[in-house]
Amino acid sequence: MKTFKKTLLSAACVLTLSAAAQAALAEETIKVGILHSLSGTMAISETTLKDTMLMLIEEQNAKGGLLGKKLEAVVVDPASNWPLFAEKARELVSKDKVDAVFGCWTSVSRKSVLPVFEETNSLLFYPVQYEGEESSKNVFYTGAAPNQQAIPAVDYLMAQGVERWVLAGTDYVYPRTTNKILEAYLKLKGVAAEDIMINYTPFGHSDWQSIVSDIKKFGSTGKKAAVVSTINGDANVPFYKELGSQGVAASDIPVVAFSVGEEELSGIDTGPLVGHLAAWNYFMSVDSEANDEFIDAWHKYTKNEDRVTNDPMEAHYLGFNMWVKAVTKAGTTDPAAVQEAIIGVAVPNLTGGYATMMPNHHITKPVLIGEIQDDGQFAVVWNTAGTVAGDAWSDFLEGSKDLISDWRAPLSCGNYNVKTAKCSGQNF
Amino acid sequence: MTVNFRTLHRYLLSCIVIFFLMSAGFSMAGTAPNAKLDEVSRLLMSKTFDDKSRALDVLVEQSQPRTAELLHLLLDSRLYYHKKEKQLYIIADYDTGKIAIDLAGAEQLIKKKRDYKKIILNNNLRGQINRILAELGLNSNDPQQRENAVRDLLKDITPDTVLALKARFTIEESKKVREMIRIALAINDMKSSDEVLISNAIEQLNGSLEQESRGALVTFIDATETLDTPEASALNKQAQIALKGIEDKVQYYGWLETLYFGLSLGSVLVLAGIGLAITFGVMGVINMAHGELIMIGAYTTYVIQLLMPNHIEWSILVAIPAAFLVSGLVGIAIERGVIRFLYGRPLETLLATFGISLILQQAVRSIFSPLNRSVETPEWMSGLIQINPVFSLTLSRLYIIVFCLMVFVALLLVLKKTALGLQVRAVSQNRAMARAMGVRSNRVDALTFGLGSGVAGIAGVALSQLTNVGPNMGQAYIIDSFMVVVFGGVGNLWGTLVAGLTLGVANKVLEPWAGAVLAKVLMLIFIILFIQKRPRGLFPQRGRAAEG
Repeated sequence: MKTFKKTLLSAACVLTLSAAAQAALAEETIKVGILHSLSGTMAISETTLKDTMLMLIEEQNAKGGLLGKKLEAVVVDPASNWPLFAEKARELVSKDKVDAVFGCWTSVSRKSVLPVFEETNSLLFYPVQYEGEESSKNVFYTGAAPNQQAIPAVDYLMAQGVERWVLAGTDYVYPRTTNKILEAYLKLKGVAAEDIMINYTPFGHSDWQSIVSDIKKFGSTGKKAAVVSTINGDANVPFYKELGSQGVAASDIPVVAFSVGEEELSGIDTGPLVGHLAAWNYFMSVDSEANDEFIDAWHKYTKNEDRVTNDPMEAHYLGFNMWVKAVTKAGTTDPAAVQEAIIGVAVPNLTGGYATMMPNHHITKPVLIGEIQDDGQFAVVWNTAGTVAGDAWSDFLEGSKDLISDWRAPLSCGNYNVKTAKCSGQNF
Repeated sequence: MTVNFRTLHRYLLSCIVIFFLMSAGFSMAGTAPNAKLDEVSRLLMSKTFDDKSRALDVLVEQSQPRTAELLHLLLDSRLYYHKKEKQLYIIADYDTGKIAIDLAGAEQLIKKKRDYKKIILNNNLRGQINRILAELGLNSNDPQQRENAVRDLLKDITPDTVLALKARFTIEESKKVREMIRIALAINDMKSSDEVLISNAIEQLNGSLEQESRGALVTFIDATETLDTPEASALNKQAQIALKGIEDKVQYYGWLETLYFGLSLGSVLVLAGIGLAITFGVMGVINMAHGELIMIGAYTTYVIQLLMPNHIEWSILVAIPAAFLVSGLVGIAIERGVIRFLYGRPLETLLATFGISLILQQAVRSIFSPLNRSVETPEWMSGLIQINPVFSLTLSRLYIIVFCLMVFVALLLVLKKTALGLQVRAVSQNRAMARAMGVRSNRVDALTFGLGSGVAGIAGVALSQLTNVGPNMGQAYIIDSFMVVVFGGVGNLWGTLVAGLTLGVANKVLEPWAGAVLAKVLMLIFIILFIQKRPRGLFPQRGRAAEG
């Protein structure tokens, strides 16, 4: 009996001890959720971002972690399935108890997880350029808003003497909203309606013969024409191939793209595309110390000298550094405290200058225009003098030009109408 | 004899004098412009594009013997500068090259690649370079080059170019180039105020399909619209008639172009669908993994290109049989492994093959990465045949149309003329009877499925030249393939051909006014309605086979 009691006691002891040890182990890490598709259509773009996050977390741990604790990455795969994004987000926040989530690529996946983050009051860092018209208390938009990408690109082309505009896009929310903003902007600048041609194509469109031929005709009236392309992902390769085979040279009709970066170009033979343009806030070819270091680290992490870096990767780099700085400043990972601390936090860009988190949860970015080179890289041909602050609500759309967003204490509103002085409370 | 000697003497003397003069000239050319060349390189190394543009102007003013060479180097992005030395270098191949050559011809070993920066151009500079090259090309020995040069100059005719063109015209021998120059001069004359000149110019532009000719006529018509002097309105009318004539021609070629686009889209559809016509049409298996078999063919092309990097030109020809084998073997494995257990249960086959398609996609993602792979287009497949300024045939599409017809004929021969074809037809018409006659129906099933899959692989080779090679490429074609086979009539190769080409042309006719999205919707609605009327498609099977 005695021995039995003893065993029982010691067993209890061991149990409590191990539980305590487990608790201590759990205490030691700060969990970071990574919500990027690793399978399905979007895996093509999002896998890279998962690797970027893992690399950043590893680097931070090598520097000694955060608040004296190690960071731990929790990776889930929402499989390019929009409803699954919401489920996986809930799993990360409620079950894994992560302190911040970095993820999403498409706007529809962001819209799908938005209610989850608002309900659980946790944080999402969204790294991709998007159509704007949104500002959530729980989301930090580290990619470009339209005024940080589309509008400067159009300004650049106008300065180059372009008078006719083809707005070509894939048929979904980002191109439709961006083109609406651009159309309003062009008309404001005095471009006549017949000098704007708008064209939408389905996802993964592969037969571009007649559209490219139409563009060719549109551009042969004597006035200089350009294509502003919001064509997404896979459809770009056959589009550019068709441009090449129909002999549309960049010096005749340049194409400026908002969704084509180094990664997309790595799947194309860029010889015939030399001179076509892209507008981003980062290019791998930018010559700066920070960028060289980042590229070297990336090559070392992936053990592949040929891997390219791109704009959304920089956005994650900035978002992660901002979060680290804000957590250090707040002294805790509590989302409410971090939300307050992160506004005004500035971290260096990879291309020089600083990115600052604005009160509307968007950041300041330089805008760069690059021309495609025959080695699959972009050469910067133009850039803004300083940085541009992201504008959540476009100044060129009817319903949204009177709206501002400010998440600081007295206003604390993502959708404040300056005319009616009311906060609608709706964030999108 | 003495006279002869004297002339010889004189001749020699003059030769010597000429030689001296020439060498003096040479040495002058050797020193003075070098200073200018330094100026050019300094400007080229500047960060602003304005400076670079000035560098080009200096080059032209100086008319260096090396101007054309330098310009070509710039265009091909082979001109670099050393960040610290501030000197221009020619690097033939930056990726793998080890040697940089400076402008004087001295070679240098590349120690640190990042020190050498490319001279970056923008589109305006490229345009400027092309214009300069065009002006230089005006005196080239190749008539084709001269014609292109004049065509380039058309874009922006200045008094300088008019002088150059007129000078060329007096010595030009080629008929085509003379015609081109006439048009260029006529476009210039349209801007004058002399009525006879304008009238002649309109006469000259009549029937010219160059876009600049149309532009010149339109500007003239717009400008004279409001004038009401009889001469002006007569000229206006003449110009309008000329423009109408040109536009009719343009429209005619527009229709031809649409037809060509339609046929090429149609042959892509036929290629994608014809393998399915065998597996689905002949065997009755709903194979949802058909798109992935196409994808495997495309990846085979990619792998073949990796294996023979120095023979890209021929890689496509090697890839065709290779893709047929790889996809065919995968197809046979699918048939032996899964489908043969599910014959007669179409719904389960559908689900099982859909599962296989997902497995194949993810397998490709794991093996090759989820990123698209770049398949190179061989030199002989890129480019276009320019028939006239408004109508051209893209070579890659032309090859695909021809290739599609070849595959079709080959398949038809296999099914009609070989023993395997006979057995396939026998089994598909009446399995029990065929078995009774000694046909090993299991083996025939496997081979038929392999044949259909192999043809899908061949389609993948063709598609790798047009679109992405990535894990998702199969999904884009599976619906189109089924559409073609169902519309054409199940079990009929001719039906597949006619259906594919019809759908292609109809799609391209609809697209300009309905938009790409709506055109596709309309096509689907049309097919649904058509199937209501004729459930067995365009070419239904008749007789006993139909009941089987």
